Amino acid sequence: MSEASRLRAEFPLLAANPGLHYLDSAATAQIHRTALDAVAHHETHRRANVLRGSHRLAEAADQAFDSARRSVARFLNARSADEVIFTSGATAALNLVAQAFGATLQPGDRVLISLAEHHSNFVPWQMLRDRAGIALDILPVGVNGELDLAALPQLVTDRTRLIAVTQCSNVTGAWTDVAAIVAAARAVDARVLLDGAQAVQHGPQDVQALGVDFYAFSGHKAFAPNGIGVLWGRAGVLASMPPFLGGGGMIDEVTAEKSSWAEPPRRFEAGTPPIAQAVGLAAALDWMMALDWATIHAREARLCQQMIDGLQRIPGLRLLGPEASVRRAPIVSFDIAGLHPHDVCQVLDHHGLALRGGHHCAQPLLAALGVDTCSRASLALYNDEADVAACLDAVAAAVATLT
Amino acid sequence: MSESLDLYQDAIKQMAAAAHGHGQLQSASGEAKLNNPLCGDRVYMQVALAGGRIAAIAHQTKGCLLCKAAASLLGARAVGLDISAIAGTTSALEALLREQAPVPPDWPELAMFLPAHAYPSRHKCTLLPFRALQAALRQAGAAQ
Repeated sequence: MSEASRLRAEFPLLAANPGLHYLDSAATAQIHRTALDAVAHHETHRRANVLRGSHRLAEAADQAFDSARRSVARFLNARSADEVIFTSGATAALNLVAQAFGATLQPGDRVLISLAEHHSNFVPWQMLRDRAGIALDILPVGVNGELDLAALPQLVTDRTRLIAVTQCSNVTGAWTDVAAIVAAARAVDARVLLDGAQAVQHGPQDVQALGVDFYAFSGHKAFAPNGIGVLWGRAGVLASMPPFLGGGGMIDEVTAEKSSWAEPPRRFEAGTPPIAQAVGLAAALDWMMALDWATIHAREARLCQQMIDGLQRIPGLRLLGPEASVRRAPIVSFDIAGLHPHDVCQVLDHHGLALRGGHHCAQPLLAALGVDTCSRASLALYNDEADVAACLDAVAAAVATLT
Repeated sequence: MSESLDLYQDAIKQMAAAAHGHGQLQSASGEAKLNNPLCGDRVYMQVALAGGRIAAIAHQTKGCLLCKAAASLLGARAVGLDISAIAGTTSALEALLREQAPVPPDWPELAMFLPAHAYPSRHKCTLLPFRALQAALRQAGAAQ
């Protein structure tokens, strides 16, 4: 049994659907058995609210929740688990920064994002601009959608307070040169937010080595349940931010007149958090941390290249994405002249393949690439050569069916 | 591989390729732009009314085959109809997609969309041109 087949067998949905070629992990990765089991075990044996009770179940839930936070901290190589905030997902994490860090900005301050951002790292900043009178600058992209880092000197000014960019494009798969972004930010004492949504399913991260101030990701893209996400923030930056949502759990004291806030991370976790989901996320991340990522990356890169090579041979098909010299995640987007991705992906589904077709919540990037929509094959550690071969056959069949 | 995919029968492909009504009106009584945010389909629909009936229709449609075929069908069939007839046909198409309701005798072409019943995510694509036409007609009515 190949390594990918062995891994595939550990994912309940894939094991239950042997004919399925799942190539949509950039939208949602499949949940690993250990994460599913952890959720069921927690809900069966330790279900209680956290930080609110002294009975044994509540104590057990507290311990599980705290342990989950420590697992996330290890996965990100965070300095402290207190820098880990649980959210409902990456979108909520990004909005949390836009709201809470955004509240510290003054009219005339500037935020820099890139044209390659997912809408979740685009729209919150447009909303902040319109609400708070800040200026929103946008780093352009080159013809293949890669960030135009040469434009950084013109766009980073002494009023720039934050640079918020994706770590890896959900359309092109291109990895961002984070060091260049961080260096530009540090030169003007700006903070850096990295949207790691696409990165986490390709291995543990190191926020200290990355040198950023915020890191956002969602559990459902890391082989974990949905309804859980993470905002990691540098302790000093988090401490300077006011809360976003008010409610239980985020306060120090409430009187009839006023309230004071808990220290981070609880300051940013109003209400009952997604406890079982956090436990499931921790189980997935613990499992990931034990994997041989060098081998997985080599396989992902090989499969990605096979996909690119095969798609390139299909007449009328245009690949969207970086040149071969740019490091990319195994995400391959393509446009076939005259065919709509919705139709293409419908035919692919008929052949047992799950791919996403549409604008991928990245309409500004697609506009820059000269398309309204595209089809996307995204690979993860459970994919193998058979998935790539099936995809190439089915894309050729889709062209025949639709023309 | 499973059974053949009847969603993309020739009638759909031919209707989409014919692109009846594609273009722009010099003088429109009403117009509407509708998007399907799920997949990025876009329909820009214009109508000219005379005596409460559609005298001319034009559309610019960026979308999938189902969306294009539906827009093309309207381009071929809508002239001469009034807003209540379009509303009735839209309801018939909705019922056909949702529960495989019978094809209305005066719109036999709607039968081409029956296979889409099995694909709920595609219902909105199919209905988008009809909804755009209804919105354009409402605007034309409001402007009269």
